[in-house]
Amino acid sequence: MYRYDEVDHRIVRERVEQFRNQTQRFLSGELTEDEFRPLRLMNGLYVQRHAPMLRVAIPYGHLASRQLRKLAHIARTYDKNYAHFTTRQNIQFNWPELARVPDILAELAEVEMHAIQTSGNCVRNTTTDAFAGVAQDELLDPRAYCEIIRQWSTLHPEFAFLPRKFKIAVSGSVEDRAATQVHDIGLHVVRNEAGEVGFKVIVGGGLGRTPIVGEVVKEFLPTRHLLTYLDAVLRVYNRFGRRDNKYKARIKILVKAMTVAGFAAKVEDEWQHLKDGPSTLRDVDVAHYASYFTDPAYDVLPSNPPELLEKQAAEPAFARWLERNTRPHKQAGYRSVVLSLKKTGVPPGDITADQMDAAADWADRFGYGELRVAHEQNLILPDVRERDLYEVWQLAKSQGFATPNIGLLTDIICCPGGDFCSLANARSIPVAEAIQTRFDDLDYLFDLGEIDCNFSGCMNACGHHHIGNIGILGVDKNGEEWYQITLGGSQGSHTTIGKVIGPSFAQADVPLAFEKIMTVYLEQRTEGERFIETVRRIGLDPFKERVYAKHH
Amino acid sequence: MRSIIKDGQITQDSWQVLRADVEGQYPTVAADVDVIVPLALWLADKPTWQARAGQTAVWLAPDDDPQLLATDLDRLPLVAVDFPAFTDGRGYSLGRLLRERYSYAGELRALGDVWVDLLHYLWQVGFNAFEIKDGKDLDGALSGYDTFTERYQSTHREPVPLFRRRVTSL
Ligand code: HEM
Ligand code: SF4
Repeated sequence: MYRYDEVDHRIVRERVEQFRNQTQRFLSGELTEDEFRPLRLMNGLYVQRHAPMLRVAIPYGHLASRQLRKLAHIARTYDKNYAHFTTRQNIQFNWPELARVPDILAELAEVEMHAIQTSGNCVRNTTTDAFAGVAQDELLDPRAYCEIIRQWSTLHPEFAFLPRKFKIAVSGSVEDRAATQVHDIGLHVVRNEAGEVGFKVIVGGGLGRTPIVGEVVKEFLPTRHLLTYLDAVLRVYNRFGRRDNKYKARIKILVKAMTVAGFAAKVEDEWQHLKDGPSTLRDVDVAHYASYFTDPAYDVLPSNPPELLEKQAAEPAFARWLERNTRPHKQAGYRSVVLSLKKTGVPPGDITADQMDAAADWADRFGYGELRVAHEQNLILPDVRERDLYEVWQLAKSQGFATPNIGLLTDIICCPGGDFCSLANARSIPVAEAIQTRFDDLDYLFDLGEIDCNFSGCMNACGHHHIGNIGILGVDKNGEEWYQITLGGSQGSHTTIGKVIGPSFAQADVPLAFEKIMTVYLEQRTEGERFIETVRRIGLDPFKERVYAKHH
Repeated sequence: MRSIIKDGQITQDSWQVLRADVEGQYPTVAADVDVIVPLALWLADKPTWQARAGQTAVWLAPDDDPQLLATDLDRLPLVAVDFPAFTDGRGYSLGRLLRERYSYAGELRALGDVWVDLLHYLWQVGFNAFEIKDGKDLDGALSGYDTFTERYQSTHREPVPLFRRRVTSL
């Protein structure tokens, strides 16, 4: 885990003071609403339905136990005892008081955390694979590069006021678990023919009102050129991105307008003046950052120890949890455990202060003091000894963390929607709950297998509904809440944007529509075929027919 | 005369910025005043501007191409960049291009919606003079220089990024 040195501490403290000063000037009337808005947004502070909302950065989803304890403390002291993990590996507090936000930031700074650039038209928190460093299929541990990007992007003097927000995701593994194709810049680690490692640079992906899968602007960027190339891309975007229309301001629109080839040429031209400059990464520089992400002192352990196999055979509920909520680890005798934040009746991604404290304790007791936040809005204990899994399961159950639904239909990715967000067209939390309740039967849920269900309360797509195998979008019709269903979206190495199946549904009809879709799948699937594969094979028509049929 | 911030000090300044009025017309300029003219006017008639008794400088709008000024930079006593809204960040890239790609060494001035919260960033990308927006605290703006005492990236003021300095000093 990266540790701040005295300079990092100083920068974050100075940022807290700057923001304290800006907040005071706003409260005293010296800064107008229009002047304060962009400044507060750059510090993750929204003004929402009920109260301000503060988004705290969890750089690339990495969290130390002491940081999680601090977040618990903040939830208790400044908020209503809970917080909300987002699809961007951040955490949001829904009820802080504006005048106290600088104090929250000062407390966060004590544990090397901040809210810098968690919103606003600047480079946002860089995201990556939640299993970075422990995944079996990793070509290169992306975390050192994520940290290098975090530092480069933090308060970058040239890119503080971009045309629009800017999101970068990095994937170091074969399978892309960071949704790199739907980010402004996606960096996917690849190996060239000479065996060198570099980045495939994908630009112009994004969801929101114009969902687009990004395109490759550079097939192979040697790792040492990472920052100069990013500077070149951002400079082209900063200068030529549209600023006249907020909905056409993202880099995806610029790339489309210039064509990828045209855009890539422009970047290349800019890059020629930056390449090999002082931001070029030397091996020693990378080694310095990589030294923070070395493996912990893993024990040498056998895989599948007998005590684990025994419990697995004896207790079906445990076996089920093992199957869904743990993942293989590169180190024999270890697994990663996913703590499900998708218990029926709790808004997806919500976590209480007590749960945070408990998870932090387990990270210390059963791991090496580290956790991860997944973009699916779950919490991960990356390094758990297999022989401890049974105990972890029991503890997880006691905290409501053990719903064995990871990757299944009820592991819904969901934005806060109309209950919290002032931009929403419809509520998402109660509808997600209705779906979870409908598919409460675990045998049925397991039989359905892996299905990504993503839900957004409006077309801003905070819940990534376009890339859900089944997506839901809240829409407004004459002041009423309606829900549009999409099918066939997927994330990962073959990202696809889902298609709308037809007219939208009233809230009460959404679970039934889901059930019909699942029935078609069960009837049509071939042996071992996942939901998304069936949708791809048979197309949307069979689903449409069933869902919209008059007499079923 | 108005007061501006230049090289970290409040100073009196006699330059006038030539801007079009609402109808797109430019006011006439007396021959002996120092004037900062828009790029298009400069490019349209360089000899006339240069023959004046007063000095002539050029200001760029955010969407202007600084390359068009590249061959003139040696002769210009001042180049300004306009920030029509403080949220329009294009001028930061223009600043760096003028300094780093076109090696401009003279006064680089920020005009428009400029106030304390931007000073640090503007200074880092190469601006050394700031016309603080009317109604904004001029004295207080000076504190914007040292909002941050360190930064991570390569900038015009500190081309060697922190990661390099860090590793070298280990
Ligand atoms: C409640 C406060 C929130 C507000 C006001 C808000 C606002 C917005 C807006 C305006 C956009 C659209 C930007 C665009 O045009 O691209 C957006 C996009 C997005 N937001 Fe939120 N959001 C909120 C909460 C969240 C939460 C809770 C999450 C995660 C669960 C989230 C994750 C995202 C993501 C991933 C996108 C990106 C879509 C893309 O890739 O283009 N936001 N948000
Ligand atoms: S998708 Fe819309 S409703 Fe949901 S959080 Fe984002 S802006 Fe709000």
